[in-house]
Amino acid sequence: MGTFAFLVLAALLIGSALAVVLHPNPVKSAMALVATLFLLAIVFVLLGAHMIAVLQIIVYTGAIMVLFLFVIMLLNLGDEEVPTEWPRVVLRGLAGMAGALMALQLVRLVAGAPLGRMVDAPEGYGGALMVARSLFTDYVLPFELTGLLLLVAVIGPVVLAQRRGR
Amino acid sequence: MSRERATNELWVPTGVGAVLDQYIGVLFTFVIGAVVVGVMVSASALLGGRRRTSVKDEVFECGNPSSGPARGRFSVQFYLVAILFIVFDVEVVFLYPWAIVFRELGVPGLVAMGMFLTILTIGLLYEWKRGTLVWE
Amino acid sequence: MIPTFPAIAWPALLPILMVSGLGLLLLGAGLYTDDEETLGWGALAGLIVAGIVTLVLVGGESVRTFNGTFALDGYALFFDWLFIAAGALIVLMSMGYLGETDIEVGEYYALLMFALVGMMVMAAATDLIVIFLGLEIMSISVYILVGSWRTQPRANEAALKYFLLGAFSTGFLLYGIALIWGATGSFRLDEIAARLPLADESTLLLAGIAMLIIAFGFKVAAVPFHMWTPDVYEGAPTTVTALMAVAVKSAAFAAFIRIFLWGLAPVHADWWVVLWVLAAATMTMGNLLALAQRSVKRMLAYSSVAHAGYVLVAVTSGSADGGAAALFYLLVYMFMTVGAFGVVAAIGRAGEPLENIEDYAGLATRSPLLGATMAIFMLSLMGMPPLAGFAGKFYVFSVAVQQDFIVLAVVGVLNSVVSAAYYIRLLVAMYMTPEPAEAPALGRRPYLIASIVIAAGFTVLIGVLPALGLQVARLSFLSMQ
Repeated sequence: MGTFAFLVLAALLIGSALAVVLHPNPVKSAMALVATLFLLAIVFVLLGAHMIAVLQIIVYTGAIMVLFLFVIMLLNLGDEEVPTEWPRVVLRGLAGMAGALMALQLVRLVAGAPLGRMVDAPEGYGGALMVARSLFTDYVLPFELTGLLLLVAVIGPVVLAQRRGR
Repeated sequence: MSRERATNELWVPTGVGAVLDQYIGVLFTFVIGAVVVGVMVSASALLGGRRRTSVKDEVFECGNPSSGPARGRFSVQFYLVAILFIVFDVEVVFLYPWAIVFRELGVPGLVAMGMFLTILTIGLLYEWKRGTLVWE
Repeated sequence: MIPTFPAIAWPALLPILMVSGLGLLLLGAGLYTDDEETLGWGALAGLIVAGIVTLVLVGGESVRTFNGTFALDGYALFFDWLFIAAGALIVLMSMGYLGETDIEVGEYYALLMFALVGMMVMAAATDLIVIFLGLEIMSISVYILVGSWRTQPRANEAALKYFLLGAFSTGFLLYGIALIWGATGSFRLDEIAARLPLADESTLLLAGIAMLIIAFGFKVAAVPFHMWTPDVYEGAPTTVTALMAVAVKSAAFAAFIRIFLWGLAPVHADWWVVLWVLAAATMTMGNLLALAQRSVKRMLAYSSVAHAGYVLVAVTSGSADGGAAALFYLLVYMFMTVGAFGVVAAIGRAGEPLENIEDYAGLATRSPLLGATMAIFMLSLMGMPPLAGFAGKFYVFSVAVQQDFIVLAVVGVLNSVVSAAYYIRLLVAMYMTPEPAEAPALGRRPYLIASIVIAAGFTVLIGVLPALGLQVARLSFLSMQ
């Protein structure tokens, strides 16, 4: 049951990820990204990471996709066509081949790695309570550093994009 | 965590089937949503008459004559607001898990979250003072 | 189960707390004043205090805190001091530079401080997650700084290029961290080192190591991950270029060396070949491409690529001597490169960068001081005794020879010879080419000159007393474990 569910998910996930990259219309590309992120959340559920799955949907499929759409509209890419002049096509082909080669190597490496012992996870593993307990104790330093990172992220758009009236 | 994970151990959720069972309600909601939307759209397509006129084919703009293509350029202000929304959305995301454990964390937990919120509040005050929150 | 907080050794956090507090203060002060000198003096005073506190902490016991994910040891303090010194020199440079740009002064200094905090976190972190967060704080601050001169199209281009490629390389870093976690079950470097070498899962580990090499190779600008370097270094405001060339590169090396010469030291046999090739390619390509440049700023960009190669030679050796040589080299490289970019900033003027080699014609007669200091930096970068650059290269290459990396040492020495060509070409322009008749006058820039003179002073001083510097670097490196 688990394996079957994963295989179906994986196929859908790869399909929608390809649609993100290959679709000529950026808005539809972004919609395919919504699907990809949503499917990824289900993969997290299968791994028992319930908290991450929920956050994935709230933050990525919710907030970050809104930003993506704003950026697409900001840049006005609506009628952009896929480039057809030959250097770009050749470069894309080469990049695709390099990517495929790397994917092949990675699959070979990871598939060849022997699996660890499968052990039943403790009760509540991946749930909000467990994540919270370890986040605010063992990982309290990364948590505070994230605060600083977010502050820098607040300053950035103001410096780079705000109209200056002063 | 109650115990350390050993090097070669993979923690697997007890029974993947059981994990998915917890989400059966979510699945039902999706199915019901899809069925309702599907029935409404197809019913109106099947039952409603359809007469195409040039006026009907125009882009709908609240009854006004349309004033250009839909893909106009957006002001950069939308982007500023959107990115600030994300930053503070991520901040709030940290509050959810904190809210369920803050009693057992005690004072150190309060201090940890206090520092985090202080840093971000400084960011908010900075924006406020800088006029980023004012829509021009 | 009641969660327990990790014991916190506050002195370990003192340097980053002070510099982040300084950043917050500058951010607030920037709302009320735009004066680059007032804010600059504030930043400088804060950094000097932080630098003194860092020096006071030196010599104490090495401690690890936050469950062993963050260290207060000589290694962290060495880099803390290096970043603070680089930051102070760059603040001094900026005080004479920002007035000609439309950069927002308060935000500029605040982001500079936050970038330094990220670097200090990278140097002190003994855990891959904390290293990642430090790298992100640093990188995002620097992306913004690169684009902060908004009316310059080439700065916009540089910021976008750096951001896109940098975000891509961050992806490699995260993937590498995940794979290494998969192989060893830990983010902590000491635990990773204790669990290596693995009997059976080394495929995951190797893939993870490769990803880390790509990510750090990008940040230190090693060939073939250096493509962004010339454009970004050239487009960024010159003070930010100096920050990227010395501090960002040193921070990446700080984390790189800590991970590879400690956490991954037990599997040195698995990764040295990759770094060997990377080091040789980086030195060779950096120097050959620098030969072809007409813009001095671009030439220095390629020169910084080549110097990353020299440091990689020391890392490749995998020994404690190699680590010490790398730390010493980074210290030396910091002073001479900050100084060289300072001169580039001093020659240029608002709207007119004046970065081509022709603009340096007759500099020695137009400004004997700038000419002489630039000559010191060029000769030191070339590796001419008795300047600091010579001592740095000497230690790096002798470590390589000791560890039987003789071919690599030969490649390095040949590269130094090649590099002489372009450094000397600039000297010839400054000293032997007549000043053009309509040469634009050099502005008076006391702060810029001060930072250049300080950098030149240290370049000479370390060159005269290399053994002392090396001893500091060695003790710092050895305090790591």
